[in-house]
Amino acid sequence: MLVAVLCGILCCVFLAVVVLILRVLLVLRRGTECKPGEKGSVCVLVVAGSGGHTTEIIRLMGSLSQSYTPRHYVMADTDKMSEDKIRAFEASKQKGNIPQEFTIHRIPRSREVRQSWSSSVHSTLYALVYSVPLVFRLRPDVVLCNGPGTCVPLCTAGLLLGTLGLKRVLLVYVESICRVESLSLSGKILYHLADYFFVQWQPLQTKYPKSIYIGRVV
Amino acid sequence: MKTVFVTVGTTSFDDLIAIIRLTSELVLLDRGYTDLVLQIGRGSFIPDPQCCPGLRMEAFSFKETISDNIRFADLVISHAGAGSCLEALGAGKPLLVVVNDKLMGNHQLELAKQLQADSHLLYCTCSTLPETLRHMDLSVLLPFLPGQPQNFANFMDKAVGLL
Repeated sequence: MLVAVLCGILCCVFLAVVVLILRVLLVLRRGTECKPGEKGSVCVLVVAGSGGHTTEIIRLMGSLSQSYTPRHYVMADTDKMSEDKIRAFEASKQKGNIPQEFTIHRIPRSREVRQSWSSSVHSTLYALVYSVPLVFRLRPDVVLCNGPGTCVPLCTAGLLLGTLGLKRVLLVYVESICRVESLSLSGKILYHLADYFFVQWQPLQTKYPKSIYIGRVV
Repeated sequence: MKTVFVTVGTTSFDDLIAIIRLTSELVLLDRGYTDLVLQIGRGSFIPDPQCCPGLRMEAFSFKETISDNIRFADLVISHAGAGSCLEALGAGKPLLVVVNDKLMGNHQLELAKQLQADSHLLYCTCSTLPETLRHMDLSVLLPFLPGQPQNFANFMDKAVGLL
């Protein structure tokens, strides 16, 4: 009797996992059909990382039109510099009296520079606990990131939103210009999950054929 | 007046600051530089400004922007972070990148190698810095054309359905 119940439970768990995987695959496949801009504006969650990551993401954001609004910038709690750069950037974009629609949020850092791989898994999971309610609350159309560890839990949360059928979130990843021959760890993780995955050097596009190469963009 | 600006971005790169202080200042003087400005980031090693006669030295951790320091420099010595490199290259300054070989994976070397192969900068490590400074020929460097973020914007506008 107990064995039968246990078998039943195991079957249910197995089926649930299979359904989840199929659902994730289905969600991943539908990226290019998702056109949030048809309503006239696109809400973006922008992942800011340390140093060069933020510089690069600001250059990308500078090219996007005013239709990309509101903009929600998310950074690691230990990041001291990104907030100032972002505020300066948003102030420079300000046109007349139209209020700029942007917010700034912080989540625990997924990984410090030189942090060991094994402890990075713990800290990334911890960051995920914060990322999920944040992304569920903000409901962005697009998550835009370029490689800092912070983007992994945020993109995972975006994927979860879509998997649960709540909202299809487009994941846009632009690999850093630093990456010429190999992807960053975040890039390797998100290569299969992002809807649009950009690289900035030809050798990477050859190695990763699903990536998009349109030359250097920063 | 010829100025060298050393930047480590938001990182800590005490090895670079130390090697400049301990072995490279004389080389810089030999090559006609008179001023040395050090942006040391999160590093803790602050050289004594009086240490090298003939070379005016100034050091700071962070500033809101280093664009003025780059603008007034005749040579920029930088860690291999993309932000610092792009700023120096964007300002059209001769750039010598010092790769920090203590970083995990050291992906920074990829960018330095590619940009050196394209003749946009020179690169070395801390241990080869004094030798590189002694023999470098900055006249062979080519201008680095800026990236085109507008291409990204055009692509995204179509992809999200704004266009």
